[in-house]
This record gives sequence, C-alpha cells and structure tokens, in this order.
Amino acid sequence: MEHFPEAWGRPRNDIYGPYDHSYLQTTGPKAHTQSPAVTGTSVIGVKFNGGVAIASDNLASYGSLARFTDVKRLRVFGDSAIVGFGGDVSDMQHIDRLLNSIDIRENYSSDGNLLNAKNLHTYLSKVFYKRRSEFNPLWNHILVAGFDGDGKPFLSSADLLGTTFSAPHLATGFGAHLAIPILRRLFPEDTPLENISKEQAVEALRECIKVLWYRDARSLDKFSIATVTKDGIEVKEDEKVEAQSWAFAETIRGYGAQVN
Amino acid sequence: MTSFGRYTSAETVGYSFSQPTSAPNKEHSFYPYTDNGGSTLGISGSDFAILAGDTRSVAGYNINSRYVPKVFKIGGDDESGDGAHILLSVVGFAADGQALKERLDAVVKMYKYQHGKPMSVRACAQRLSTILYQKRFFPYYVHAILAGLDEEGKGALYSYDPVGSYEREQCRAAGSAASLIMPFLDNQVNFKNQYIPGSGEGHALEPKKAEPLPRETVEQLVRDAFTSAVERHIEVGDGLQMMVITKSGIEEIYSPLKKD
Amino acid sequence: MFRNNYDNDAVTFSPQGRIFQVEYAQEAVKQGSVVVGLVNKTHAVLVGLKRNAEELSSYQKKIIEIDSHMGIAIAGLASDARVLSNFMKQQSLGSKMTYGRPIPLERIVTQIGDRAQTNTQQYGKRPYGVGLLVAGVDETGPHLFEFQPSGLTHEMLACAIGARSQMARTYLERHLDEFSDCSRDELINHGLRALKETLSQDKELTVDNTSVGVVGLAPEGSKSKIQSFKLYEGQETLPLLEALERSETSGEAGGEGSMEVDS
Repeated sequence: MEHFPEAWGRPRNDIYGPYDHSYLQTTGPKAHTQSPAVTGTSVIGVKFNGGVAIASDNLASYGSLARFTDVKRLRVFGDSAIVGFGGDVSDMQHIDRLLNSIDIRENYSSDGNLLNAKNLHTYLSKVFYKRRSEFNPLWNHILVAGFDGDGKPFLSSADLLGTTFSAPHLATGFGAHLAIPILRRLFPEDTPLENISKEQAVEALRECIKVLWYRDARSLDKFSIATVTKDGIEVKEDEKVEAQSWAFAETIRGYGAQVN
Repeated sequence: MTSFGRYTSAETVGYSFSQPTSAPNKEHSFYPYTDNGGSTLGISGSDFAILAGDTRSVAGYNINSRYVPKVFKIGGDDESGDGAHILLSVVGFAADGQALKERLDAVVKMYKYQHGKPMSVRACAQRLSTILYQKRFFPYYVHAILAGLDEEGKGALYSYDPVGSYEREQCRAAGSAASLIMPFLDNQVNFKNQYIPGSGEGHALEPKKAEPLPRETVEQLVRDAFTSAVERHIEVGDGLQMMVITKSGIEEIYSPLKKD
Repeated sequence: MFRNNYDNDAVTFSPQGRIFQVEYAQEAVKQGSVVVGLVNKTHAVLVGLKRNAEELSSYQKKIIEIDSHMGIAIAGLASDARVLSNFMKQQSLGSKMTYGRPIPLERIVTQIGDRAQTNTQQYGKRPYGVGLLVAGVDETGPHLFEFQPSGLTHEMLACAIGARSQMARTYLERHLDEFSDCSRDELINHGLRALKETLSQDKELTVDNTSVGVVGLAPEGSKSKIQSFKLYEGQETLPLLEALERSETSGEAGGEGSMEVDS
C-alpha cells in the first residue's frame, strides 16, 4: 500500500524514476506566451485617394506546417475600420473578442460618438504595450486601416512591444521586405494621395500578395482584400492569386534536384 | 543549476510534503525591448532652447517609417499642442518613449489643474527624473532631453539617462548618433579645444570661453550636426524635426534629410 | 423643521415614495449661488455668480475647467463638487490616454450620474450636495448637461441652478429662440443677462463676482476643431461686463452690432 496519497494514480518511482513535480506547480513563474504557436504571415496596406486598402493571405501556419488554410486575418471593426493581423492566431482571436465587446459597448450609447480607426489604433497599441510590460505579450503585428478624426485616410501599425508607426504604405512580417519595395516603386512616398486611385491600390496589393506567394514559404495563394472608403467597408475573403507564372522557377539554380 | 524544466536530483525518494515547491526558473525568451534608432539633440541659448530629432524609425535594418517624431510638446492642447511651455525628446525604444511622454504630459496637466498655474521647467525636470527612477528595475529604455525656459527666461535644458539621473546642460546629443554629434557640440558650443590665438605658448595658451550662442548659429549647428550624422550612421535620416522654444511660444521647423 | 421618520438615511422610501435625504440634498443646491449655462449651434457657455463668505475673504470658485473640451459650473457644496470634478478630470485624461479622443460629454455625465445614484442606494452613504452644469464640445458638437444630487442628468439648451435661479430660467425661457443662431459673444451676453436677473436689488455684477466659461467649435479653416475651454475671471471679465452694459443701454440683449466685443 502506498502511504503517500499524492503518489496515488501516478507512475511508480521504482519503475519510472522520480516524479517530475514541476508539472504540479501552482506557485512559481506563471506560464506566459514566450513564442507564438499558430501564426499568420504578412499583412499589407496602402492608402489611396479617399480610403485605405489592406490585404493578407488566409493561411495560419504551425511552424513550417501550413496548418489552417482558411483563416480570415482581416477583421472589421464597426463600419469604419479594419484590423489586419500578423503573428499568433489565438492572440488575434483574443483581440477580436476584445474589439467585439468594445464595438457593442460603443454602440450602446446613442450619442453618435463612435471610435474611428485612429482611436482604435491608439487603444490597441496600449493593449499591446500593457501586455508586453507584464511580460505576457500578445504576439501580433497589426495594421489598422480606416479614417482619422479629420476624415483623412489612416493607416498605422502596432506590434507586440507597443511600437507604433504610420506611413503611406505599410507591411508586416515578410511583406516588410518584399511588398514595401514594390509599393514604394508604384507609389513613391511623395506621391500625393489624390494621384492613387482605389483600383490602382487594390491591383498593387494583389501583385504584392502574388510576389509573397512566390517567395514567402509561409504564405498562401488564397487571400483576403478589403477597402475602407467613405461609402463603407468592402471585404473579399476568398480571393485567389491569379495569372501565376512559375517560369522563373526554372531559372533558379542551387536548390532541389536539377543536375547542373 | 544550469538545467531547466526538470528536477535533477536523483536521490529524491518517495513523495513527501516536504518536497521543494518552487520550480526551477524556466528560461524567458521574450525580450520586451527593441531599439528604434535615431538621434536627438538639444542646445540652450540665453533666451531660447532648441530640441531636434531625426524622424526615421527603424527595426534592425528595416525602416519602419520615415516620419515618426521624437520631439513632443508637453502640457499643451492634445491635438495642436497649443499652450505648451515644455519640450521633451525621447530616443531609444519608441514605445517606452511614447508612454513616458504621455505620462509626463498627464502629470503637467494635472499640475495645472490642481495648482492653477503651469508647472515650472525645473519642477517638471525633477518630476521626470522620479518617473524614470520609479521604473528602475524595468526601465523606460530611452534617453530623454527636456527643454524650456527657466524662471529668468533663460533657455533650460535637462538631459537624462534611462533610470533618471539628470543634469542641466548647455547642450546634449542622445541616441544612436550621439557619439558622432556630441564631440562636435563640445567643440562648437562649449568651445572645447579652442584657444585664443596668440594668448600664450604651450600650457599658457588661454582656452576660449564658452558663452551662449545666438539662435541662428544654433539652428545652423543643429542642421550641420544632423546632415553629418546622416552620412555616417544608417539609423539616422529622412527628416529633421526642430522645435524652438522662446518666450513667444514654440516654433516647429521640419526640413528633409537624406533618405538613403 | 418637524421630525420626519423617513429622513434618517438615503436608502429608505417614505410611504409617499420619496427619499427625503435626496430632496434635502437638492435643497443644498438651492443654497448655492446661481450658475447659468446655455448652448447654441457652435458654443456652450457657463456663467456663475461668485460669493465671498465675508467682505475680506476670497470668492468661492464657481466654474472649473475639466479638460480643454469641457468645464463645469457648480452650485451647492463646493467640496463635493471637487470630488466630482477630480473624478471627471481623471476620466477625461483616461479617455485621451487610451483612445486618443476627448471623452464624449454624454458618456462622462452618465458616469457621474451613476456615481451619484449609488450614494442613494447604499446604506451609510450621503448624496452629493451639489448640482452641476456640464458644458463642452465633442464629435457631435456643443452640449450642456444638468446634473442633480439624485443622479438625474438632462441634456439642456439652457439651464440655471442655485439660489434665485428661477429668475434666470424665466429669462432663458423667454429668449430661447434667440440663442441657437447667435454669436459666441451674444451667447455670453445672454448668459450674463440671465445671471443679472437673479441679483437682489442692491447687487451688481462686478469683475470680482462674475465668472464666465466658454467652449465651442473653432471657426471654419482653423488648425484645430475646437476652441478650447476659456475661463474668464477677474479683470478678464471686464470687456464682457462692458458689453453687457452697452447692450442694456441700447435695449435689446441680442442687439445687432451694439455688442461686438473683441475678446
């Protein structure tokens, strides 16, 4: 008879070795996210005349495994803002719940004061900063698209550390390397917004998603794309990268099975 | 005790209530800081003070944005900054810088609300030091410079380390290019290594006395310091934001820097 | 006053369905000197009559700036008002911090209303002995709210609370139609006139006993959207009082041209 009740129902010491008590800890350091698990890759966004366009693919990876292929990483807030999420998907879902409850709370008061994209970005960056200061980060890098208080197009980014910045075109993750140069060539940074049409912006984002699909191993050819204008939000969540041309792959040397 | 996660002691026998209850510390892989680069610089004169900073924000070799201000008005109106009489520049980890700026701004506003008069620069400088020191063991990772006009109307400049030690100075450069700019300032503002020609031989040579410089000279020094820093430091560039505080208010001057 | 069995605390109803402590608190508001508030399409104005306890003492503060977009005027226990005002200041700063927007007026008025209500439903608590007029601007334009010790809040076009405020309310009701389209200066003038109505025979509005607070939308094409809360006290009120005097001699309160003041 085993005299120690704590040992009941556990592997026997004499056979399996001493039991690892660290699994039973209720005190000691609390487990916080120290690395992301299921992740989304790039989000890209660009401002145009009268609004903002934003896109991301529909993949959620588990390490190098393409785990979920139908995950919508663009989330709509109210009728004035879109948040695009890169990074941990469970943290994204947590933030999405947060956003939903704020949206409901805001709409309860009928005073007509609604949060715009800029307010939302400020709020989210505070959430990120607070969590990083508690050493319990929300492992995301987000873009917020919409309008500011003056009704001007607004596009800004926030990450897991609470760092924020804004620019005419933005991208998270791999997109910062691959999409930004394309967008910068199409729309140089001193281009007045009036010279960029919605169609041009959307077309540019499609092109960027395609390039990311070609070269980012954690990306997918199914993607979501959305625009925010004064007329409202338009989201397409089941887009496919079209007119793919893998001819360039033939010319790549140094990988795979080719002989010379 | 170098192994993590499991107990190493082999002689643990049986299960006892006297088992150690503290788990060995697990490794924390989340690092709550990043360096957003950039440089700031402040110079005080007899009836003015200038604070300047470049507007580039970086993450590693990436440029986040070409316009992220590092110099802020403290205690003014929220949108326009009207009515502010103190300037603060922060360089280092931008999210901490933003948080620090907002805290100081709230403190200065509460002071005005509670005392019915604006906070003096001297009091604000002391308060900033305590704010920084309160986070001595999880610091705001920033180099702050505070500027304003003192009780006599002279330019006042205070510089800080991340944990709150501070002193009033004539001039100070901070941030990634501080080591490039500071020697230049030593020579051009405090006339270090400058001697009065023909005043003697060898050690008898008389050093040139430092005295407050006129505003035009100081503005030009700031421009020169930054155009030089841009040449030699990759994290500095894009734009120069200068704020000049005089008894008639705060003037903001933006001029482009090289974007390479 | 006769002994009442139902006024020992603020949580017991009388058989007639009244809560006497709350009603007594409302009496405290009537003891306070009068404050007047009024809005039009662009501005919200608060004016107040300051009292001094004795000839040589300072005057009690009547109008407090909460934030750049709003202020309050108080009638009743000034110390209770300070508690509420500190709370409002905190909430306002908090909203600016977390969302980067000035707190909507209705939101913050609801918050103080809720706070006051809990004082009327928890044993051992006492209702606030103060009434407030909250004036400010937000996304939806200028607003004026009245707050009562019961926790009741109303959005108002014009309002007066405090001692002899009935006279001011009569004035406001009579001239209500003129407010909505008048200018900032005219609105202040109406406020001062309403305030003047409440004075007893031997009293005058002076730079010492008059406070004026104004907040509004900035004129088209300005850098910022709002004209920050401006509190006029002491000598600063002189031009406003002079304008009041001029408008009175010329007859009409909203008289055209007669009272254009540069302020």
